[in-house]
Amino acid sequence: MGTVFLAVYLRDLRLALRRRVEALLPVVFFVVAISLFPLGVGPEPQILRQMAAGIVWVSALLATMLSVTSLYASDHADGSLEQMILSGHPGSVIAGAKAAAHWTVTGAPLVLAAPLLGLLLDMSPQALAALLASLLLGTPILSLLGGMGAALTLGLRSAGVLLILLIVPLSIPALIFGAGAVSAAEAGLSTAGHFSLLGALLIMTTLCAPIATSFALRIALE
Amino acid sequence: MNRPTRWTTFAAPSRFFGLAAALNPWLWALAVALTLAGLYVGFFVAPTDATQSEAYRIIFIHVPAAWMSMLLYLAMAFWAGLGWALNARMASTLARAIAPTGALFTFIALWTGAFWGKPTWGTWWAWDARMTSELILLFLYLGYIALVTSIDDMVRGDKAGALLAIVGAVNVPIIYFSVRWWNTLHQGATISLTAAPKMAQTMLLAMLLMTFAFWAYAFAVVFTRAQALALERERDADWVRELAQTSRELP
Repeated sequence: MGTVFLAVYLRDLRLALRRRVEALLPVVFFVVAISLFPLGVGPEPQILRQMAAGIVWVSALLATMLSVTSLYASDHADGSLEQMILSGHPGSVIAGAKAAAHWTVTGAPLVLAAPLLGLLLDMSPQALAALLASLLLGTPILSLLGGMGAALTLGLRSAGVLLILLIVPLSIPALIFGAGAVSAAEAGLSTAGHFSLLGALLIMTTLCAPIATSFALRIALE
Repeated sequence: MNRPTRWTTFAAPSRFFGLAAALNPWLWALAVALTLAGLYVGFFVAPTDATQSEAYRIIFIHVPAAWMSMLLYLAMAFWAGLGWALNARMASTLARAIAPTGALFTFIALWTGAFWGKPTWGTWWAWDARMTSELILLFLYLGYIALVTSIDDMVRGDKAGALLAIVGAVNVPIIYFSVRWWNTLHQGATISLTAAPKMAQTMLLAMLLMTFAFWAYAFAVVFTRAQALALERERDADWVRELAQTSRELP
């Protein structure tokens, strides 16, 4: 099981390394989307500081959803996905490895870029720390849920928009507790509750989403 | 046609079609009668509310619609899951037929809520926990409808929709509680529906009548839509052809 996980995970990383610019697109989208907000709502640091957590989190959510559409698409197009599912290895392990690879390629850069963008939005140091921690716990949830959406919408005409419609309602709890942790830190309140709930969500999603994804892949490939 | 009736009897589209055709006139009549009775009691018999005067009367549509919206999501997930697990296409068809009605009731609950909120709270919309989760429920319905309609292969659409409906049903309590905590973190609960004064007997009667009316309507419209979907799906089956033949022979 571990070897299958590692094999799929490393394969996806290698593929991403060959298409470096493509792999960086989500983080570019993230930066561009965040820098649009000050232009839209005005440059007052007071307003930006108040909205920063939400802006960064919503942008991370959208960046993940936009990039996850292609998670299974190219493997589906060249038939390797079918071979993986037919190989007899548990589909949930393959789905988990794909989601982990997606997080490493797109989620982790978002987490690393977030504190820098937080500075643009005039966030305080303790809020920046909370943002980093909440994104570290939260973006894997988004990758896992997004993987399920990608499997459900595999090969459909309007897969991209459809995926957002399907997965955004399910990722609202992560958004609430992720952005909530940052707001609590900004206000000087305890963030323990938020992080505990976010961690619980991560554990539950890690346990359930790969299984649901493997069912969705089977449905899509039947 | 005198086969014994088992619990799987109406899983056959032809027999379900017959059952729905037999029940539908009664269900529609019941829906109309109960709606008229409920609206009459609600608008003319029930007393004026002491604090909200006449504006409260929208409760007779608002609350039953909100109940139906949540119940229908569970019913949809149940039938979709059953259809997926047992490969019963009539169950999946029923789930498809429930979705638009559920979305409609969710929309009605939100819309009447806005109409009720304006005169009583002074605002069309507040990010109250219940309203927000009802809005998210609408998104879940729309997601289900969008997914099953954009998959051309009916069987794949049924199964993918079932998976999504089940995942959504599991997530509904999580979403509800997270929205509730989010709301209490941002602002105290300034508005509470539960603190409303105790209901008069006639108000309760009107509410019950409207609830049963919505039940009857939901059954009627879901059966009618399921009939149409079954005809469309089974258009190559013998019973549909026979049905078309007999309806053509009628004057």
